[in-house]
Amino acid sequence: MATIGTTPPGSTAEPADAPDGAGQAGQAGQPGQPRLAGRRRRRRAPRWTAAQVALWAVLIVISAAFLYPLVWLISASLKPRAEVFDNALIPRTFAPENYLEVWNQLPLLHWVGNSFIIALLAALLVTVSSSMVAFGFAYFRFPGRSLLFGLVLSTMMLPGAVTLVPQYLIWKNLGVLGTWIPMFGMNLFGSAFYIFLQRQFFLGLPRELFEAARIDGASYFGLFRLIALPLSIPSLVVIFIFEFQASWNNLQSALIYLNAGSVEGFTAPLGIAYAMTKFSPTNGGQGDYQYVMVATLLITLPMLVLFAFGQRHFIEGVATEGRKG
Amino acid sequence: MSADLARRAGSRGTKRTARRGREKYNRREALAGYLFISPWIIGFVVFMLGAMAYSLVISFSRYNLATNVARPVGTANYALLFDDPKVALSLANTLFYAVMAVPLEICVALGLALLLNRVGRGAGFFRTVYYLPKMTPSVATASVFLLLLNGNTGAINQALGFFGIPGPQWLIDPAWVKPSIVLMTLWGVSGTMVIFLAALKSVPRDLYEVAALDGAGPVRKFFSITVPMISGAIFFNVIVLTIAALQVFDQAYLLFWRDQTNSSPESSLFYGIYLFQQAFREFNFGFASAMAWVLFVIILLISLLQVKIGNRYVYYEGDKS
Repeated sequence: MATIGTTPPGSTAEPADAPDGAGQAGQAGQPGQPRLAGRRRRRRAPRWTAAQVALWAVLIVISAAFLYPLVWLISASLKPRAEVFDNALIPRTFAPENYLEVWNQLPLLHWVGNSFIIALLAALLVTVSSSMVAFGFAYFRFPGRSLLFGLVLSTMMLPGAVTLVPQYLIWKNLGVLGTWIPMFGMNLFGSAFYIFLQRQFFLGLPRELFEAARIDGASYFGLFRLIALPLSIPSLVVIFIFEFQASWNNLQSALIYLNAGSVEGFTAPLGIAYAMTKFSPTNGGQGDYQYVMVATLLITLPMLVLFAFGQRHFIEGVATEGRKG
Repeated sequence: MSADLARRAGSRGTKRTARRGREKYNRREALAGYLFISPWIIGFVVFMLGAMAYSLVISFSRYNLATNVARPVGTANYALLFDDPKVALSLANTLFYAVMAVPLEICVALGLALLLNRVGRGAGFFRTVYYLPKMTPSVATASVFLLLLNGNTGAINQALGFFGIPGPQWLIDPAWVKPSIVLMTLWGVSGTMVIFLAALKSVPRDLYEVAALDGAGPVRKFFSITVPMISGAIFFNVIVLTIAALQVFDQAYLLFWRDQTNSSPESSLFYGIYLFQQAFREFNFGFASAMAWVLFVIILLISLLQVKIGNRYVYYEGDKS
């Protein structure tokens, strides 16, 4: 019952969820009616029992543990070189000049720009290709459809390590090593989880809508472009922000495909890895670790902003991922 | 595993078209369907099937990067692999890590989800806070934890010292290398937590009320109602986390294997790290491909074992058998 209230409208999970939730509500309603009503009234009036206070205390302590590394990062980014390691959450000496100097110390603008373009292309490509494939599976009837869709799902379980080397060699033989294409080229072909997600969404759209448009003379591609896509913007946003995040954070591909090139050509994660070595005090680096902290914070911020705008989508998307299993 | 997933995921869709079997396909419609899914088919044939077949061939060859020629060498790579102590070491390290990380992740995520499920109002706020680490790029996590985990000046040992516990040399002492990676993984456990939270929300409340009437206490309710009702989510998380743990890379690379000159503790040599080094530092593509296939078989066997165990215990709603 609670699911109905908390599931945001238009979320991808809804078509699958609503019947279950409704069924539960119906079942729960008959035998437990008076008790349920009583419980609801109690919940509305904020009465703090000892157990509730204890629960909140525990949750706040856990929050502190989860937030601490981020707060620590913000604080370290504002400290002068000598104090970076002192663990004081409020810097004894504020060094906001780190935020100006970091641009001279590291080609951060290049890294962020590269990552942004790659993530944007990766997210756009995978959104379009996955929803196209998903529409194929959701709307059309053709021989082998269930079998092929089973194959789509099975690729989700394929460990990425197996295809690392051959994919590198395929890109090499296509002559695109040294370009950005290997960083997002795979996204042209759709991605299993997104295909699954988007197919669920399309299945929730009333079929009559498409039949009517067919009668009005719309082509199959017209159905996709003029009806399916505009109606599924909420779930397209989910795919877009998921992939944007995945691409923004992707270290391994950058290590494989960009590490041999110039430092200016690095992505943000590869750049931070490089900066960690360059400024690390332990490995014979220069020890100006405050710049690593500033750079780290600056590449994390876009993800936090993305989360601020798309929080609902992230959490619903992850929850759906679990539901498919 | 995959067939099972497919069947269960597909069942939702096929309800709409229950007249299968004697279904007649419209040729135009079928053709359009194939056209729409053609990007995936191309990707699957070239970058999955093709890549896997290619990888299998390379694993039995010596690959010359300059000429792009794979010269067959029989099972030489596999023989080398079984003789290389580093392969065995990295495999042992990886399995040890997975055995430590996966149960801890499941317990912590489930514990957090249970707490959030109880709190009622305010759950959204805490969920947001707990989710923030999941948004933090792995390089950011690593560059911060590199300092937090420092054995002498790190905040974690300072905190332990406050309670009179002498903290270990997390990043140097071979025995503490894996726990430090587990700790970083646990910081980002909220993705798993969110899946549990969704599962907990779907447990019908009246089950608990009936159990309460029968005099069941909270512990009994947890093991007799909650665990069976969310067993599907537990099963899913165990499988996904195991596959991820067996491929652990980012954190180990960033903390220990960033620069090749570094004398890193051997206990941080994970399978994914050694495979990466062999492939993209040494360019031993044949050897690395053989390693990849061994990993693939291991992951497949472990997943199958988990599915076998899971099928005995997992309760699926709608499975009326």
